[in-house]
Amino acid sequence: MNKLLVSPSPHIHSKTSTRSLMLDVVIALLPSVIVSVLYYGWSAVVILASSVIFCTLLEYLITRYLLRKPCTLGDFSAVVTGIILALNLPPTAPWWVAMIGSIVAIGVAKMTFGGLGQNVFNPAITGRVFLLISFPAIMTTWGGAKGFIGGADAVTGATPLGIVKEGLMQGQTLDQIFAAHDFSYAQMLFVNIGGSAGEISALAVIIGFIYLLARKVIRPYITLSILATVAIFSAIFWLVDPTQYTDPLFNLLTGGVLLGSVFMATDYVTSPMSDKGGIIFGVGIGIITMLIRYFGAYPEGMSFAILIMNSTVPLINKFCKQKKFGRA
Amino acid sequence: MKKTFSIGGVHPDDKKISAGCAIEVLPTPKTVYISMAQHLGGPAKAIVAAGDKVKTGQVIGEPTGFISAYVHSSVTGTVKSVGLRKDLAGIPVVHVEIAVEPDEWAEGIDTSDTLVTEIPQDPKFIVDRIKSNGVVGLGGATFPTNVKLCPPPDKKADILILNGAECEPYLTSDYRIMIEKPRQIIVGAALMKRVLGVNRVVVGIEENKPEAIEKMKEAIAALAAGSSDYAGIEVMTLKKKYPQGGEKQLIDAITRRQVKSMGLPIDVGAVVQNVATSLAVYDAVQKNRPLIDNTVTVTGECFPKQSNLLVRVGTPLSYIIDFLGGVPESAAKAISGGPMMGKAIANLDAATLKGTSSVLFLTEEQTRRKPETNCIRCGKCAEACPMGLEPFLLNKLARNGMMDELEQNAVQDCIECGCCLYSCPANIPLLDTIRLAKGEVIRIIRSRTAPKK
Amino acid sequence: MTTTIIWTIVAITVLGVLLAVVLYLVATKFKVEEDPRIDEVEKVMPGANCGGCGFAGCRAFAQSCVEAASLDNNFCPVGGNEVMKKVAAVLGLEVHEKAPMVAVVRCNGTCANRPVVNDYDGFKSCKVKAALYSGDTGCFYGCLCCGDCVAACQFGAISMDPQTGLPVVDEDKCTACGACVKACPKKIIELRNKGPKNRRVFVSCVNMEKGAVARKACSAACIGCGKCAKECPFGAITVEHNVAYIDFNKCKLCRKCVAVCPTGAIHDINFPTPAPKPEKAAPKPAAEAAKPVSEPKQDSAPAANPVTDKKEE
Repeated sequence: MNKLLVSPSPHIHSKTSTRSLMLDVVIALLPSVIVSVLYYGWSAVVILASSVIFCTLLEYLITRYLLRKPCTLGDFSAVVTGIILALNLPPTAPWWVAMIGSIVAIGVAKMTFGGLGQNVFNPAITGRVFLLISFPAIMTTWGGAKGFIGGADAVTGATPLGIVKEGLMQGQTLDQIFAAHDFSYAQMLFVNIGGSAGEISALAVIIGFIYLLARKVIRPYITLSILATVAIFSAIFWLVDPTQYTDPLFNLLTGGVLLGSVFMATDYVTSPMSDKGGIIFGVGIGIITMLIRYFGAYPEGMSFAILIMNSTVPLINKFCKQKKFGRA
Repeated sequence: MKKTFSIGGVHPDDKKISAGCAIEVLPTPKTVYISMAQHLGGPAKAIVAAGDKVKTGQVIGEPTGFISAYVHSSVTGTVKSVGLRKDLAGIPVVHVEIAVEPDEWAEGIDTSDTLVTEIPQDPKFIVDRIKSNGVVGLGGATFPTNVKLCPPPDKKADILILNGAECEPYLTSDYRIMIEKPRQIIVGAALMKRVLGVNRVVVGIEENKPEAIEKMKEAIAALAAGSSDYAGIEVMTLKKKYPQGGEKQLIDAITRRQVKSMGLPIDVGAVVQNVATSLAVYDAVQKNRPLIDNTVTVTGECFPKQSNLLVRVGTPLSYIIDFLGGVPESAAKAISGGPMMGKAIANLDAATLKGTSSVLFLTEEQTRRKPETNCIRCGKCAEACPMGLEPFLLNKLARNGMMDELEQNAVQDCIECGCCLYSCPANIPLLDTIRLAKGEVIRIIRSRTAPKK
Repeated sequence: MTTTIIWTIVAITVLGVLLAVVLYLVATKFKVEEDPRIDEVEKVMPGANCGGCGFAGCRAFAQSCVEAASLDNNFCPVGGNEVMKKVAAVLGLEVHEKAPMVAVVRCNGTCANRPVVNDYDGFKSCKVKAALYSGDTGCFYGCLCCGDCVAACQFGAISMDPQTGLPVVDEDKCTACGACVKACPKKIIELRNKGPKNRRVFVSCVNMEKGAVARKACSAACIGCGKCAKECPFGAITVEHNVAYIDFNKCKLCRKCVAVCPTGAIHDINFPTPAPKPEKAAPKPAAEAAKPVSEPKQDSAPAANPVTDKKEE
């Protein structure tokens, strides 16, 4: 010791850093990643790898050559974006779809705003929605992938939500649709019959959610309020007309509701800071999701709902402040 | 369920590694340097000159103004000089330099160990003794205790809270005195209870100090059995959470009353005193012994010898450290106080003050700040803030000098506990900028209200 | 098809005309009556809105000039006499000429002169640092080297010299607006007369500590010995609180003080030759000490705060 270090208090720091938080998210995503790899096989590996590689590479290139700032890869946020984007894609999608998604996610949604912390919209969802609108055929076709376990190769066609939507549009009732297809809740919970890599297993997502809660990375309010809203909203419609509207459990377990509410809606940057704001945010996402599912053109509305609510976050932050000490 | 304050807070590692070390008396050094600015408010005026002989406990500095305090010589000896000397922040302050000779106590001081439990009837006598013996708050702010015990006539206290939370990591000086001198502390509390005329005294102690809770409860039971003066004193076990020892937080935890913005504890009928202050009050009133020494924790993982020392005021820090084996090579920062709110020491030659509660050594790895990165809007700072503020916002406003918005967002309520910076994953120096802005906003508020009064 | 286009054009045109009428009515109805001279004065202002004049911006200054009876209390430090002449011409008033000023950094505590004893690890701001402690060196009064003045300067006239760790003022860019003076928590920067041919002499130290203490903290400190005050034939130098100060209104730039200063704390700027040796037999080291002071300024490149070579005695 030769020079005494001097700094304002506090002199210690909790060991939390942006990197440690992001690594926790990566760990929480692992169950979903493992399930999708096991179930969809090499095609899932290709899509995951290309998405993560392109996201990190792009962030590196942009910080290095465009912004000329210190490299921000160390915070692992690009990796998280890459994994979430991959989990949102159909595993049969070609690698260049992941590349375009990464360019939109990192290049447009994140870095143009100034990098991590400055973006208004969740990068991964922006990427996904861009792909969904640009390549609807690729983005809604599943199947044909050969998994390491199970008979995924037998599955082709749309997701349960897509099948239901199409059936309803053709004038069928839910009973007829459910009779024609074999959806079971157990299947949806463990390994779904169709869907993007992250949607196929609700249980894997729930394990990730519990891990994030246990590590105090996220608070449960946003996720739970989304799920509660989806459940209540669909319960009301389902009770009114069970032949036209799907039941709450079906709505909770299918599509990206779980994945979106656990990993995408809770993204720090694009969600409100206070618990109260989080609940409003979550209720908004839940309602918009269900409106799109029941009345919209798309079978699935989670991504759009999150994007729409992302844009309200600054307002929510402004009006939902936590109670200050000693002020009425 | 155990109580705690209602908003925010963090849980830093306890690290009370010096908790098991009994208080030892540090031998007096050859020379002491007694600062005239050991308390909040106007610095004392030195009333001795070079060449004067002083006795232990003799007054050497007189208060200037209402909020100020007496300063006593902590040793017997000859005044060598009165002049500017650098304090621990390197800022020149008037010190009295005294060459130490064998102890000879000033007249009227009871130096025996016998416990005096009889409470004087006259509150004025008690306050006078507290004032003349230079007792100041030892919880950190060093506010003159006699001023705090005499609230303005239109305000009435109904509860006295003794702060034994010691919520900062590493610090153990309060813990040790609660174990070693619980009865004296309780007598001190009874004295302050008499002055304030309150019926209820609560000693708030965090749950991680079971032995202290036990000893204090025993002391209360033993004293209450002997005299009715000790009725209404109780120990309350609090949940462990930082900053429990903050005045406003402790009142909230114990009484569920929240002090208003810019208000004082007395506004909600509470007076908070540290347990160490209570001990000093006991010495001052029952023994007529001025505040000339205090317990200092010297600790840190990198420091070879953990200890709790009874140190005479004015002892150079370097003397204490050399006594314990010198500064370890791996230490990077020395802190006076705890790691959350303590002050970094820039000058190890500085002398201890009445309020010096610890010298803590941290290594480079423990304390060096990481480079600042982008705010990720995680809201962890707002979650941690015990005042319910939004540090991320205040930081931005402060950097842009937006004073009006800062005031609207209550920057003046900040208690500088450090929870925001502690929990920020992006290592943004939130408190550095907020503290600066708080000072400026308070100055603006004062200048606005001053002419009206 | 064509009807659609026609209708669209018609609708848009009608809408445009309507809105134009509304805008016109609103503009006339809510017109604010202002002295037109304010605009004229504002036009000749530099437009930096730096606040150096003491007003919120150039327009506020212009307004105050128009309202004032004389320009004695109003001066734009950025535009200087030229702008004030123009303002006076617009308003038909007398101009009160002022000598051009420049910001001067009165600290020479370079890395070599001031041994560093502490290592700061907080928010890089002089104000934060000043509120915390004395600074990284033994000198409580000197520059904190965090560059609040650099951030305060709107004209890019101040930069930190990485070698000395001290701020350097670019004389050509400095407009003497005083923003840096206000920003410096240690009150080191002072606005001084630019001087004839930009030549000036000043004490580059504000350390009020006693000589020995100041010297221990910084080898280039003013030790308050008073030699300069005795030497000065014009009584321009006063020594108070152990530090000398040169009144730039009285200083005639004879540079006798520079030569006698034992620590080289007095700087002379933009002089072509070294400072003259004192007439009487002055102590040798002082003369030696003074020599290097003026050396770096032989070329015309202005350097407001030249690096003095450190002197070992």
